[in-house]
Amino acid sequence: MTPVRTVHGRAYPLGRANVDTDVIIGAAHLKTTGRAGLGVHAFETIRRGPGNVFADPAFAGAPILIAGDNFGCGSSREHAAWALADMGVQAVIAPSFSDIFAGNAFKNGLVAVVLPQPVVDRLLEVAREQPIGVDLETMTVTTPFQDRFAFAMDPFRRECLMGGLDEIALTLASAAAIDAYERRTGT
Amino acid sequence: MTPRTLYEKIWDAHVVERRTDGTCLIYIDRHLVHEVTSPQAFEGLRAAGRLVRRPDLTLAVADHNLPTTARIDARGRRLPIADPAGAEQLAALEANVAEFGVPYIQATAPEQGIVHVVGPEQGFTLPGTTVVCGDSHTAAHGALGALAFGIGTSEVEHVLATQTLLLKPSRTLEVRADGGLGFGVSAKDVALAVIGRLGAAGGTGHVIEYRGDAFAAMSVEGRLTVANMSIEAGARSGLFAPDEKTFAYLQGRPMAPAGAAWDAAVERWRELRTDEDAPFDRSVRIDAATIAPSVTWGTSPEDVVPITGVVPDPDDFADPAKREAARAALAYMGLSPGERLQDVGVEHVFIGSCTNSRIEDLRDAARVVRGRRLDPRIKQALVVPGSGLVKRQAEAERLDRVFAEAGFEWREPGCSMCLAMNPDKVPPGERCASTSNRNFVGRQGPGARTHLLSPAMAAAAAVTGRPADVRELL
Ligand code: SF4
Repeated sequence: MTPVRTVHGRAYPLGRANVDTDVIIGAAHLKTTGRAGLGVHAFETIRRGPGNVFADPAFAGAPILIAGDNFGCGSSREHAAWALADMGVQAVIAPSFSDIFAGNAFKNGLVAVVLPQPVVDRLLEVAREQPIGVDLETMTVTTPFQDRFAFAMDPFRRECLMGGLDEIALTLASAAAIDAYERRTGT
Repeated sequence: MTPRTLYEKIWDAHVVERRTDGTCLIYIDRHLVHEVTSPQAFEGLRAAGRLVRRPDLTLAVADHNLPTTARIDARGRRLPIADPAGAEQLAALEANVAEFGVPYIQATAPEQGIVHVVGPEQGFTLPGTTVVCGDSHTAAHGALGALAFGIGTSEVEHVLATQTLLLKPSRTLEVRADGGLGFGVSAKDVALAVIGRLGAAGGTGHVIEYRGDAFAAMSVEGRLTVANMSIEAGARSGLFAPDEKTFAYLQGRPMAPAGAAWDAAVERWRELRTDEDAPFDRSVRIDAATIAPSVTWGTSPEDVVPITGVVPDPDDFADPAKREAARAALAYMGLSPGERLQDVGVEHVFIGSCTNSRIEDLRDAARVVRGRRLDPRIKQALVVPGSGLVKRQAEAERLDRVFAEAGFEWREPGCSMCLAMNPDKVPPGERCASTSNRNFVGRQGPGARTHLLSPAMAAAAAVTGRPADVRELL
């Protein structure tokens, strides 16, 4: 995984709540055996509507997405995280994420930043005109207007993101403990 | 010892390693694999030169993509899958299980079915085990007292390689329902009531334990329906403490322990319950008697009303985000505030999915359908058994005839119209009464409008051409 320390640039001010995984990437696009190429199909139902943020050239290739509550709810499909990554999104900011999506995002080097709704509202407002910065080092989101919002992140996840670490390799370092567990429980 | 909840007991028993920040390496006892969320995981193993650590704890079956039309011709030869991408995913699964030595239920085998129907049915899912699958409705297996949850593909790869997952403990949420269910009220209505009460994100970060006499009185199949939909309230898992019904359900299943091992297992399983006085982080109570046969009106499973209800007015929602969501949902669903759900015509009926495709579900639906015919407005009505074994059982009970005589199509097992990935789809702008679990935008096909309800209610919709009050037809 590529290490990520900061993400800076325009942010899609999507804003809506309960953006489910079917909206992020429709089931018709899950019939792939690879991870790449899903970006063009992301948010298809939203893209079809008039005046949406994904059609606005100002946000083309934006590395950040700002959404409402419960982002990524629904299915466990990691294709949602792959599609975002394939679109060039490196960080998503929302008041809350579904548990499974948050895990999938992190495993693909996608930074999921949780901030309270009023802060997200402020960022949505700024994002319409200006870039946003997400800094894992200082754990802050900043705007060109001197806003500085601190966020919390699981230390292990942060370390993996910043180091670009492979979680399986880390776990395999505990192989002896897994062997011992299997012996102890007769599994 | 401090009193613990059922969840904490299962968790504690599976800790391989505890990190200082509370993260634990958790052992996974059972891993179900299907064709859609596994190809990239096997690819990852291959690229890193890794093996499947415990193929014996892994079980693969295809379900999501597989067409539900005939799979073999008159001479028993396997029929090709028309969709090249779907065929490729199935071929990839078959190649992967062969290469990595993973047990696999063939697409044409009588045991084939939806992962979450197959696991319990085969006795692969057992009380007190940890069960994962690259599918969010894995929560279903919690009906048997297993800690079961959906995972993403990277986690599938992690489990294949290490038989563990790195997890943070969840908070505990007690959902207690006491009292008896009213006439015509099913487990699905209870599940929808729970989601309506908690909200689609209400259970996020939590594991639900379903307690109280209403849940205790439920059959194992009903519990599978309820646990299955835990994810629709945001909870990754839902648990039922195993009891005599659970043991009776599992005894004699092909992969369940037998003989002396069975007796020893049951003895252990009897300990699997929340200690008295064990605190939950949150508790919600529902009066079972107040639950009515229900139907959803919007594009989130939390958008639920009793069948006698009307489409709500978005302006009545206090929360501006909810108001906006309701407005968008009504536009998508083609409904107006105040409209009676019973006046909304449907063109499609789908009885199936891992939520409601077991034998009891089909019996419930058949009871309503028997002696009636599809309403002429219905363009397509599908009954898709959850597994080949369910299908055979239903055929032995001649339920297939009941459905066929009414005008339903009787299909091969699979996910079918639950997710619009295989050929079974609802056309744009058309409306479906569906026993599945998600009414999301586009879930049953681009532009498709879904109303979630119970099998008996879906049957009622099929014979009346609208969401109808099943109590009037029983
Ligand atoms: S039936 Fe639907 S919810 Fe269940 S496993 Fe299949 S796609 Fe997922």
